[in-house]
Amino acid sequence: MNKPGKDVDKRERIVRRIARELRDGFYVNLGIGMPTLIANHVPAGIEVVLQSENGMLGIGPYPVEGEEDADLINAGKETVSEMAGTSYFSSADSFAMIRGAHIDLSVLGAMEVDESGSLANWMIPGKMVKGMGGAMDLVAGARRVVVAMEHTTREGAPKILKKCTLPLTGVNVVDTIVTEMAYIRVTKRGLVLEEVAPGLTAEDVQRATEARLVVSERWKVMGS
Amino acid sequence: MNKVVASADDAIRDVGDGAVIMIGGFGLCGIPENLIRALVRKGSKNLTTISNNVGVDGLGNGLLLAAGQIVRHIGTYVGENKLLEQMVLAGRIKLDLVPQGTFAERIRAAGAGIPAFFTPTGVGTIVAEGKETREFEGLTYLMERGLPADFAFVKAWKGDRMGNLTYRKTARNFNPVMATAAKVTIAEVEHLVEAGELDADSIHTPSVYVKRIFRGELYERRIERRTVRKVGS
Repeated sequence: MNKPGKDVDKRERIVRRIARELRDGFYVNLGIGMPTLIANHVPAGIEVVLQSENGMLGIGPYPVEGEEDADLINAGKETVSEMAGTSYFSSADSFAMIRGAHIDLSVLGAMEVDESGSLANWMIPGKMVKGMGGAMDLVAGARRVVVAMEHTTREGAPKILKKCTLPLTGVNVVDTIVTEMAYIRVTKRGLVLEEVAPGLTAEDVQRATEARLVVSERWKVMGS
Repeated sequence: MNKVVASADDAIRDVGDGAVIMIGGFGLCGIPENLIRALVRKGSKNLTTISNNVGVDGLGNGLLLAAGQIVRHIGTYVGENKLLEQMVLAGRIKLDLVPQGTFAERIRAAGAGIPAFFTPTGVGTIVAEGKETREFEGLTYLMERGLPADFAFVKAWKGDRMGNLTYRKTARNFNPVMATAAKVTIAEVEHLVEAGELDADSIHTPSVYVKRIFRGELYERRIERRTVRKVGS
């Protein structure tokens, strides 16, 4: 069916596609891992402010060597830098702005998403629980929630399901799912397939998806 | 009024067995290194710790964990600590995981005289099990309780002799909110100054919350994930 491609290529496609969702003036929280890479692809001519839930608005690029500061990290515990206009605040203030719907967009990874827009990304029973960190608050509070993930598991099993099987992070919270295969919107009439990656058909995407996909009448080839 | 104590050991003199202790910091950023080391030296047992993370193996709260002093931990993310994983699986420690925003707000509520509040976070998940829910304007919210402590260990950049504190960059994190929520808040600071030297408009933790303060030393300030870019990129 699909050409699997290297993980790095898949991620690049996902990250570039989500970057096109950014709008001038957005305040955005990017999750740890793949979503963090979206910061490298902010479209020219727009200004977005990145929020880090450990208490910062205005995350800048990684520092140049020698300028790392142990007091300046992102939520992934990576050293970062300031932008002009950066502000710092406590964790309570940080989650007040998240829960209070002041963050325009939250992008995070998932282990499973289902057709009702529920997602699971923090725990696998029987294995170690790492903890949910800020994910449950972000999906409950951000104005828009985008899931960035590979379409299937490493073994090729679907991750977009009729119903999640793992402990949930949030119920009916996901707005959009972006994978290396497709751009899918969660709607009241189910999962609507709006874009399909180059070289694939809607049928290819459906075969890799457990939940039923409604193919949009205006579906198009997924750009990057 | 004299809140200044000579050392970390003096500051924690009455932290006994079974104490419930909040410890500031996010990862290893902004952790009270001196107070944690002193608590390991003192050897108080059966502690309940409330902190976002449990440090890493060999640093921060990881030291308390390795010394077997913690019986229960309340936090949000423990992915960095292999020892904790083993202890949880072996049933040697009780672990309560709380969504990070709920965790912060429970602490804030405790410090602000609010016994409980409603939040949308965790509705429909295992976090909601056994908790009261209520509808407001057609949406479901979960009742969460305030989370107080006996002691709060916080780390600030600068503090004055009255206990006013200012933090630096993302080392602020949970420190100011925890400072409000304990019976006894102890602050260690990198720079201890006279009252009046801090800009009164820039104080993050007003002195009323702080019972004891001292100048910390030997800060390791370890970076968990050193990430850099090349010049010009």
